[in-house]
Amino acid sequence: MLAPEKIWWKPLGRMEKTWLTVAFVWCVFLTIMMPLWYFMGRQNVPTETYRVTPTQFNEKVTAFAEQYKVGEDTINGVTLPVVEAPAGSDVYLRASTWQWYPILQFKKGETYRLHISSMDLLHGFSLQPVNINLQVLPGYDYVATITPTSTGEFTIVCNEFCSLGHHTMIGKIIVK
Amino acid sequence: MATLAPTTPWVKGAKDDFRVCGVTTLKVDMHTERLIIANAVMAVVCLVLGGIAALLIALTRWQAIHLLDATWFYRLLTLHGIDMLIAWIVFFEMAGLHFGSTALLNARHAAPKLAWTGFILMTVGGLMANAVVLFDPKSIVTFTAYVPLKAHPLFYLSYILFAVGALIATITFFINIVVAKREKRFEGSMPLAVFGLMTAAILAVYTLLEGAAAIVPAFLWSLDILPNYDPGIYRNFFWGFGHPAQQVNLAAMVSIWYMLAQMTTGIRPVNEKFSRFAFILYLFFINLGSAHHLLVDPGLSFAWKAVNTSYAMYLAVLGSMMHAFSIPAAMEIALRAKGYNKGLFGWLRNGPWNEPGFSALVVSMILFGWIGGVTGVTIGTEQINMLAHNTLRLPGHFHATVVGGTTTAFMGFTYYVIPLIFRKELKLKKWAVWQPYVYGVGSALVSLGMITSGLQGVSRRNWDITFSGAIPGTVNLTLAIFGIGAVIAVIGGIMYVAVVLTSILTGERKEATGLLLVSGTNNPLLESTQLTDEQMEDKQNQPKGTLVLVFAFLVWFAVYYLSNWWLLGRTWFIK
Repeated sequence: MLAPEKIWWKPLGRMEKTWLTVAFVWCVFLTIMMPLWYFMGRQNVPTETYRVTPTQFNEKVTAFAEQYKVGEDTINGVTLPVVEAPAGSDVYLRASTWQWYPILQFKKGETYRLHISSMDLLHGFSLQPVNINLQVLPGYDYVATITPTSTGEFTIVCNEFCSLGHHTMIGKIIVK
Repeated sequence: MATLAPTTPWVKGAKDDFRVCGVTTLKVDMHTERLIIANAVMAVVCLVLGGIAALLIALTRWQAIHLLDATWFYRLLTLHGIDMLIAWIVFFEMAGLHFGSTALLNARHAAPKLAWTGFILMTVGGLMANAVVLFDPKSIVTFTAYVPLKAHPLFYLSYILFAVGALIATITFFINIVVAKREKRFEGSMPLAVFGLMTAAILAVYTLLEGAAAIVPAFLWSLDILPNYDPGIYRNFFWGFGHPAQQVNLAAMVSIWYMLAQMTTGIRPVNEKFSRFAFILYLFFINLGSAHHLLVDPGLSFAWKAVNTSYAMYLAVLGSMMHAFSIPAAMEIALRAKGYNKGLFGWLRNGPWNEPGFSALVVSMILFGWIGGVTGVTIGTEQINMLAHNTLRLPGHFHATVVGGTTTAFMGFTYYVIPLIFRKELKLKKWAVWQPYVYGVGSALVSLGMITSGLQGVSRRNWDITFSGAIPGTVNLTLAIFGIGAVIAVIGGIMYVAVVLTSILTGERKEATGLLLVSGTNNPLLESTQLTDEQMEDKQNQPKGTLVLVFAFLVWFAVYYLSNWWLLGRTWFIK
């Protein structure tokens, strides 16, 4: 709140210099970590994206579910197909208020190209308890190249508010 | 030696209607005084509305209680975001801008009519948003209102009115400074606190323009004038408004930190260049932060996200780390110069812990930095964000920054505004002494409960997902910590409102006689002008304790940050 002295452009003290240097080095380290992990790490945020209309995506999901259907299961009283595609292939997951379709079945250690898109509002793909979270937008076909490293039944929770039934939007991924 | 209140004479007459504050020796323009009072009152009104919503939604997410039904939960969640994150904080900041651009510069308010126009627009917009959300079920869209979730056109209009009002009020800040300079009300550079507020004001202009870019098309789209609105574009513009808006809060809060430190411990900034450079870093780099919200969105490249989310090279983080050193360092020097020179932390032990401005400052700095800052940088890391996006870790982070940090600091500052600006005797002083601690403990538990729940995968903005079978039972414990914290924080909030209302409504109207509320009759503000260069540079008074504190902070930062990489490395492979 003081009016500063006429000349306040003064050299930094020893402690200020020390802290500034250390803090700056830390900032550089933080910066380097991201590209380092990008090239070395096995968990990176998917970037592959295509434009798609809800109708086009819906056709792909339906064809995919018909082709590779291996069984049925119910979620919230609704019967959904359980779908298992061969390792390495394209698999499709449709988000709409308030359903994830279909139920996907994977094999542990195999890699899949998982396409996710929304039919209507924004949704959030939150795979639990693995805790992988991705944003799902209508009009964007988001491709995650994914390799499950654990087996069991995993739940997909919607974690983007999609109007009043949002919390009932639950899906399932089975890994064998 | 630095001086307070420059000496250029004022002319009492048509242009200048002012009073001289007996305590601070500052001249207060009467327009400014009335504007501060009006903005502060509206801020508290919004805090009360948002606080009621806070209690009810927290008691709903506290799984053992689960109070509201889903519709009311989402409705009050929408209200809570609007009233707290926008209305309470922005009204308070506008009061701060009017104060900083006049009283601290020995200047008059040069555009009171414009300022009142802004205030009225903000008030209408704020109240309208509340009404629309409460009475129109379609407008339960949460505070972010992501397209294509369509609210009533009045919902978007209320945002626009509020933003235009805030923009107008912010413009008067610049008008005041230009006029003050032209009328030679102050000489040389402006005080550091005004410099910080100016950083906030510049960021606010940019932020509000980007808000217009997001909300105006949404308004037209809700009226069916615009047929389509790409949700990805909306998110980009919305966060170009939403995230920098928090940096406005940051710059305003840090300015208030400097003021509180000076008012309660009589500091002089250790090195003006150092502190001002830190504000400049905010100005240049913090705008990139909108990418924090888009890290797991489709359609964006790694390079774009990495550059933006790191604020170019964590340079805005560097700014905060510089303030985190320079403010406690200045306090340490000032207190050591008073003779509290024992050991590393003798100065800290002898701080005025019963002075609400001091305790609010310390609570605010700890919660903002140690919880808010560290968790924010971590979840804002491109890859780590996959573990955190839209989980409760996010609100856990920003409740530490905006509630524990900004709100605590603003509340502490209010206790001085009442005697100095409202010119009312402060009532319930004992409550004011305890309030920052109660509020701080509450908000700390809120944040920690949210962060630990989020780490277990609990999503934010969700009425109930415990039935999904995916969430471990231990979340009942962490959600209970969050709920208990919220109750304590609300008690702290009630204490604050009680002190403010009791003082304004029943306090005796009188000129303030002292600056400190409880811890003494001395005037640290005037003492700070007597702190000599020799004292500042004295070997005895150097801030050794602060250096230890900031290094401890860095160690904690590193531990938390690196353990998150370890967590990420254990999850499924994805690219």
